[in-house]
Amino acid sequence: MLELAIGIILGGCALGAGTAMIAGIGPGIGEGNAVAKACEAIGRQPESKGDVTSTMLMGCAIAETTGLYALVIAILLIFVAPNLLVNILLKAIG
Amino acid sequence: MKHNKSRLFKLIDMVYICMMVLPVVAGILLKVLTAPPAEGIQITGARIFCRIPMPLQDLLITEAQINSWLVMISIFGLCLYITHGLTTKNISKRQHLAEWIVTTVEKLVSGNMGEYFKGFAPFITAILALSAFSSLLSLVGLYPPTSDLNVVGGWAILVFILITYYKAKCGPLQYMKSFAEPVPFLAPLNIISEVATPLSMAFRHYGNVLSGTVISVLIATGLQGLSRLLLGWIPVLGELSLLQIGLPAILSIYFDVFSGCLQAYIFAMLTMMYVAGGFPLDLYLQRKQKKHKKQLSGGNV
Repeated sequence: MLELAIGIILGGCALGAGTAMIAGIGPGIGEGNAVAKACEAIGRQPESKGDVTSTMLMGCAIAETTGLYALVIAILLIFVAPNLLVNILLKAIG
Repeated sequence: MKHNKSRLFKLIDMVYICMMVLPVVAGILLKVLTAPPAEGIQITGARIFCRIPMPLQDLLITEAQINSWLVMISIFGLCLYITHGLTTKNISKRQHLAEWIVTTVEKLVSGNMGEYFKGFAPFITAILALSAFSSLLSLVGLYPPTSDLNVVGGWAILVFILITYYKAKCGPLQYMKSFAEPVPFLAPLNIISEVATPLSMAFRHYGNVLSGTVISVLIATGLQGLSRLLLGWIPVLGELSLLQIGLPAILSIYFDVFSGCLQAYIFAMLTMMYVAGGFPLDLYLQRKQKKHKKQLSGGNV
């Protein structure tokens, strides 16, 4: 029974980590849009390449934030949560 | 014309170079001597060297702390080295480098923050150098301190204190009023976004560096397995994982060099933008003028 419970915990953590990383879609699309627009802008005004590039990198970094939140949650679920949850379970059983 | 350097000058130069290089060598030695033998995939946090008992919680001395101190000593040596022997004539190469760094950062700071914050240039340079060199430490195989949330979280809290200080510079009443900015009804959201600033800064930097480390380890291990599968039948070459040579280095250029330097730049940029953006400069100058006038009139009466 205990093995089953621990198995459910580990499986749930792995599934949760995988599901959390679906959030990677959002920043991917967003950054793609940003870079596409930056390329257009450079094509129209090649002399402003430096400014456009640095602003684009800045915007990309900020757009990436949601993806990184998902990454942090996934890392917590893989490396921290199983230990914690199993300890809670063992304490509850006694 | 080449000016002759005295023997003392060269000796001090050697001391500075040792100060730059020795911390890194010491870090590598420490890692080689104390690291447990690795086997398979190993993705762990910073190793804990010792615990110092403290009233609330044990103070942990970890690899991240030691490595960041080593980086600090190394940067200190670098600064001493490039500013050694400054002259006005016959400028040496290192003085050119030092002048280039100073002028670039001052231009960046005054361009992004305005003339009022010109004094921020040393702080921004320090953040840039510390963050970039910490991330680049993974090139020599050491644990990069920036992939520990505690280190980056500390910097983010420092930046948060600066933001709050400059926001509250026009008096506490003005600070409270800034939360009810568009409409008072939105105050809770403003408070949440205020707290989210340091959190997102810390998570961004740490997540980028850590994800690079994790992906590098996964790919290196995957290549090892692949080369065993493909080349395992060759008697001698099968033992060596041939695919592991070279390919991870290409990824390392992106994850260690490019991503590390970019994150340092972004952290410094965001610091500048948040500090300068939160400070109501016009209001502050108005208040200062009013105070000045009051003082003048009070003095006359």
